[in-house]
Amino acid sequence: MTAITYDGTFEGWLTVVFEVYEYKFGDVEICKKDRFQANVFNKHHESYFDQQKTTRVWKGLTQKISAPALSGLYQAFLSEEKGIENVLLRYVQHVFGSKQSIERDYSNAAVLTVVQTAKKVYREKHRMEAFVRFQLTADNLYYAICQPDFNVLPLIQKHFKDRYADQRWLIYDSSRNYGIYYNLSVVENVIVSFNEQTSKGKNIEVITDEKEELYQRLWQQYFSSVNIAARRNTKLHIQHMPKRYWKFLPEKQSF
Amino acid sequence: MSERLTEKLSILADAAKYDVSCSSSGSSRRNEDKGLGNAKGEGICHAYTEDGRCVSLLKILLTNHCIFDCAYCVSRKSNDIQRAAFTVQEVVDLTINFYRRNYIEGLFLSSGIFKNADYTMERLVRIAKKLRQEHNFNGYIHLKAIPGASEELLKEAGLYADRLSVNVEMPTEQSLKLLAPDKNRKDMIAPMKYLKGAIEENREEKKLFKKAPLFAPAGQSTQMVIGATPESDLQILWMANQFYEKMKLKRVYYSGYVPISNDNRLPAIGTPVPMIRENRLYQADWLLRFYGFKVEEIVNLENPLLDTDIDPKLSWALRNLHLFPLDINKADLSLIMRIPGIGVNSAKKIVAARKFNKLSWDNLKKFGIAVNRARNFVTCQSDHFSFKDWMPSQIKERILQSGASKYKPNFSPQLKLF
Ligand code: SF4
Repeated sequence: MTAITYDGTFEGWLTVVFEVYEYKFGDVEICKKDRFQANVFNKHHESYFDQQKTTRVWKGLTQKISAPALSGLYQAFLSEEKGIENVLLRYVQHVFGSKQSIERDYSNAAVLTVVQTAKKVYREKHRMEAFVRFQLTADNLYYAICQPDFNVLPLIQKHFKDRYADQRWLIYDSSRNYGIYYNLSVVENVIVSFNEQTSKGKNIEVITDEKEELYQRLWQQYFSSVNIAARRNTKLHIQHMPKRYWKFLPEKQSF
Repeated sequence: MSERLTEKLSILADAAKYDVSCSSSGSSRRNEDKGLGNAKGEGICHAYTEDGRCVSLLKILLTNHCIFDCAYCVSRKSNDIQRAAFTVQEVVDLTINFYRRNYIEGLFLSSGIFKNADYTMERLVRIAKKLRQEHNFNGYIHLKAIPGASEELLKEAGLYADRLSVNVEMPTEQSLKLLAPDKNRKDMIAPMKYLKGAIEENREEKKLFKKAPLFAPAGQSTQMVIGATPESDLQILWMANQFYEKMKLKRVYYSGYVPISNDNRLPAIGTPVPMIRENRLYQADWLLRFYGFKVEEIVNLENPLLDTDIDPKLSWALRNLHLFPLDINKADLSLIMRIPGIGVNSAKKIVAARKFNKLSWDNLKKFGIAVNRARNFVTCQSDHFSFKDWMPSQIKERILQSGASKYKPNFSPQLKLF
């Protein structure tokens, strides 16, 4: 068994895949560098990102599986689930070990896990597209804070860029401490430093636009008016809008 | 000022909520030249009401003043309620500001009829036009086509709206006469027909000239109120089927009647909303639209009512046991979709995966199929052949026993005495 550590990025993981073939490692355990705990019984190999190796693996994959299957790999990677790098490696080995595309070989354990994990991540992406709520700040920035279950900001940026092409916006992931910022031309990853006043960006009332409170109140009013009491179904409500998302939804706050 | 706006919103959202449609899917409108919004593709539910319905659009009435007196409607003339009306600008501002904050996918605007049909329709069109032209808004707009509105206005509406709908409200003409004496069926069918023609024409034109303007790219829909009048599921679903086939509607919505009036033509206040029936109708509707079922396979003269304790696909299968069991490793996709417990996506997964390996029960379980349900209708590569020669009633009992029906508690055949 060889333990391989890498930088934690998708590109870095593709380099690892290359090196598994290059050094003919047998059993491996891939692990992010900052989570690695040395084990005396294992050999240890540290992998460094290498553009050429990464590109070669990616190119090889594009020749063997479809574009949706490729994005499935990336989505599953973004789940950050424990051991997912190893499952993804087995998937890739299955790809390179077969003549035809194996992306629909759902009776293979790695294929099914990757597909199902990708689906979970995709669902979270979709939820963030639904539940992100912007607040307008006094300097005309639409700002949102969120804590998605998986690292989905890379997946949602296109959606928000296409939709809000004429407004500056920032979506901040406070679990992973980074955000995506659109400056009216491109979207960039940003690290944000907040000042004391806003308690790490959670309470931004002090800097919001004067109309912001009005629209939040109108939205709350709307949300309560559309409810039909005779049809109450709390179970269904919570199933669709799990409680962990409520803290960032103005309609679920009471004024 | 802001208080009055809040009050209006509460009145006019409240009055609009009985229109159940909230879909924002199926449009092809893109965000071009850096405008605001994008209505392409699947709509998003941004929130869910406490009754579990999707909130996707800002659904409001322009006004709840109405010259008509439809018995099933809260806005009817004779009802003693607070009335309000938005200005055109107020609706525009609300839509834009909600949209920019990612609360909604767009606007669903309907209205009580004030003065006359055209006067009302003209205001609705003006709002849509303003959003599109002055705000470069590409989000979703659903406009209600007011029965009796002129073709010129409908045509203009189609240029700005993604979807248009005329609600038939009552499943039959008799019921409409009884409950909405001011309305007549012809005034509802005429705009539908006109829109059907205009939409088809536009699709043809689009094929020839890519630049031709969009006309109601998400098509038209309608709504029927269920349970206010005595129609059977047979009548309702046959009517829906006609709308799909003859009018090419995108969706028919079924709205379980929420009692709001003491009128003795209608179910009394306090009568439960027929939610299970409504749910079964939607399931039947899905079978029509996505599973290749014909309406007469779902309801017919011998079976005019949908079962309430089991879903319509299972009912169909139990009536047609001679077609089963199906071999999961061989049967056509169209048949696999008909197996209770297997949805469209799982059926596709099965057909794709069986090319690699023969599938076993274990595989099916991992695909997330309701095996408990399906195993009564399926054989697959497996040592223990679990399909038995059971009677429909035994199968039904077995499935209900396994707790697969979420409605089961309401249908316990045993009488519980206090
Ligand atoms: S015309 Fe429409 S708003 Fe007026 S009473 Fe009838 S259903 Fe209600």
